[in-house]
Amino acid sequence: MNNPIKKINQTCADYRHMNAKGRRTFWIDGILNNMLYIIMAVFVIYTASVRPAFLTLGSFANLITQVAAYLPMALGIGGCIVLTGTDLSAGRVAGLTAAVSAVLLQEADFANKMFNNFPKVTGWWILLSMLIVVIIGAFVGFVNGFFVAKFSLHPFIVTLSTQLITYGTILWFFGLNGNNGQPISGLSKQYKEVVGGELFRLGNVAVPRYVLYAVIIVALMWFIWNKTSFGKNMFALGSNMDAARVSGVNVFWTTIMVHTLAGLMYGYAGFVEGVRSGSVAASTGLNAECDAIAACVIGGVSFVGGTGSIGGIILGVFVLRIIFVALTMLGVDSSSLYIIKGAIILCACALDMRKYLVKK
Amino acid sequence: MANDVLLKMEGISKSFPGVKALDNVSLEVKGGTVHALMGENGAGKSTLMKCLFGIYAKDSGHIYLEGQEVDFKSSKEALDNGVAMVHQELNQALKRNVMDNIWLGRYPKIAGIAVNETKMKKDTEAIFKQLEINVDVHRIMSTMPVSQRQMVEIAKAVSYNSKVIVFDEPTSSLTEEEVEHLFKIINMLRDKGVGIIYISHKMAEIKRISDEITIMRDGQWVATEPADNLEMNDIIRLMVGRELTNQFPPKTNKPGKVSLKVENLSGQYNQLKDVSFEAREGEVLGIAGLDCSGRTETLESIFGVRTRKSGTITLDGKRCLNRSAGESIKNGFALLTEERRSTGIFGVLSVKENTVISSLDRHKHFGVYLSEKSQREDTQHYIDAMHTKTPSIETKIRSLSGGNQQKVIIGRWLLTDPEVLLLDEPTRGIDVGAKYEIYQLILELANNGKTVLMVSSEMPELLGVCDRIIVMSGGRVAGEVDAKNTTQEEIMALAAKYV
Repeated sequence: MNNPIKKINQTCADYRHMNAKGRRTFWIDGILNNMLYIIMAVFVIYTASVRPAFLTLGSFANLITQVAAYLPMALGIGGCIVLTGTDLSAGRVAGLTAAVSAVLLQEADFANKMFNNFPKVTGWWILLSMLIVVIIGAFVGFVNGFFVAKFSLHPFIVTLSTQLITYGTILWFFGLNGNNGQPISGLSKQYKEVVGGELFRLGNVAVPRYVLYAVIIVALMWFIWNKTSFGKNMFALGSNMDAARVSGVNVFWTTIMVHTLAGLMYGYAGFVEGVRSGSVAASTGLNAECDAIAACVIGGVSFVGGTGSIGGIILGVFVLRIIFVALTMLGVDSSSLYIIKGAIILCACALDMRKYLVKK
Repeated sequence: MANDVLLKMEGISKSFPGVKALDNVSLEVKGGTVHALMGENGAGKSTLMKCLFGIYAKDSGHIYLEGQEVDFKSSKEALDNGVAMVHQELNQALKRNVMDNIWLGRYPKIAGIAVNETKMKKDTEAIFKQLEINVDVHRIMSTMPVSQRQMVEIAKAVSYNSKVIVFDEPTSSLTEEEVEHLFKIINMLRDKGVGIIYISHKMAEIKRISDEITIMRDGQWVATEPADNLEMNDIIRLMVGRELTNQFPPKTNKPGKVSLKVENLSGQYNQLKDVSFEAREGEVLGIAGLDCSGRTETLESIFGVRTRKSGTITLDGKRCLNRSAGESIKNGFALLTEERRSTGIFGVLSVKENTVISSLDRHKHFGVYLSEKSQREDTQHYIDAMHTKTPSIETKIRSLSGGNQQKVIIGRWLLTDPEVLLLDEPTRGIDVGAKYEIYQLILELANNGKTVLMVSSEMPELLGVCDRIIVMSGGRVAGEVDAKNTTQEEIMALAAKYV
């Protein structure tokens, strides 16, 4: 059955044996199960016909750049959703780590430098800074996971709390050393170069280095999800917690590690976001988790638990980005953008749930 | 007895896929009498009641209430027509107070909008006074002991002015004093002309309270007799009386030296008390008992998924702490759980994932990387070895039949290379053919020197497969019998020892 050609042949053979009603169900199911891709195709075709620039290499470069920026957070949240949970703290954690990265890696001679006693920005210092922010993210994730696992709290409520706590920390951080809540700018050239430096050009648009980093992260996460006992345990836990416990899965540590890994991803996302935004404000990262959760759901990581794949999440991020790029090119204003975003998430969830309902 | 027939169930049949749960069963309950309904677990008592209340749609047969044919579609409809049930498992809104629970779904209203609390309180208190129940109507259900909650449930049934009330194992959580109170209430209801169906395993109670007894076995009606005509032994004989046919593979295993020793096992959060026994290499040790007698708790306590208050477990002379499932697996234990759906399978995962989950270490390369090839090999090996019918190893397990799911889970445990297999109802919900294969597998395991502990509600199965049988009752070991020289009657009598 793994051979796709065989599979198509089999489907065709099945189809020939169906009666009229069976065939109708076949088509309706087929359309509904692939609705999001159909919508995406409609968007692409329509946008391309109205704005030919949409189908250029430059536009594609722009697209993969955006995908690379949004992907790590979605990969992190994906694990939480596999456990039938969620993570509302993601955006704020990324905001915090973006601010910390920015402060650690400010230009030495910048007039408004927050801390003057940091060493000169070198390669090692950048690496160390990244390590620091990733650890900050992982720490928040660990706290999330600990409260979820130890006290059987729903992740919704735990991460809502840590979201608020993190935001409070961000506001406090922005008030340090007389900064008075000003956005942090004047990032060092080296930092910008390491993260956002040109990798190659596509149709006169530079593709930044973090696209390469995103590829590495995807490979790493794919390995963790599919090839380690931790990954297997995560899916088992999401599918049936009681059965997982009886089967010898360490439920406590698996839950904590899934959240910690997610936090690690947010920490990295913040590190990239610092460069992308150029000047980090207290509002950086606001609501970023919404996009990440939406991407996961669109990509088939179900809130039912125990299902989802890295490939699906990548696809989900792509679909969401393509639709946004298309809408932006069409000149749709931001109010409509939010309405369409909400409608897509609702639609995706309803269609996803449809697959799991037992027909009675 | 000159009382008229109040409820008449005639020729009720009900089939589930692969099982005939009820086969032409009839029941007549006269007004002003207590009619006991008896049978082993799975004899069809609750299925019959569920057909009465419309929880299951009956396949054929008729139900008459006071001569009128009725066909209730829901328990609400049954209640409205004066047929009520006091359930064994209480379904109550625990966070709400007593009177909210009694009038749930039919609150008296003022002007059709606001709930009339005053009337609710007055009516509730009137019923409590009539039944001599002493409970504050404002008390929150979850703060009350189970016995009082049971009383509230009975009051609720009475509040419907029911003509027929079904009591399903009402005394399982009551103290002796409370049982007396319950019997007083039942007698009071009987004197008022209410027809009462009383389901219970407790012989002594049945003899005391009931006027007539109907006995069921394997979904069939066996006998209906006035209670005075039946002695306890007659009842047991009628309940279990079936011939053993050749439905078991020949027993070839030879028990060897003692391997597993369990001493003074007591539960922290359950009724398990001082359970001690020994099991041998190559032996199939059965654990019999009624539901809630502590059979499942014993296995789960040994495996470390239930908290122990005390007790030691020794395997081959080595003390095993078994504090969690992971530790127990390392110590050579495996547990096949009773509820396959809720604690056995990972429904949305594939047959492969379901097979390898407990033995991932086997597939590790370099300490982290899990080899796909060896996972597939292991899965395929057990699909072949156990003749599991599955389209592919990537098929989601929930689309397989119960028997095939069970085989996959047994394969999961065999991959952990256990010394002791704890099997809790290994053949529940499985068709006859697959049962035979599972019996074969159990005996083969014993032949290979494994120790097998097997809990089952089906007594013929225990007699046919096991070497010795421990009978549990009320959380304790009531006795031990040799499977070759015992009878179902002896086991039933032991099972009722501490209830």
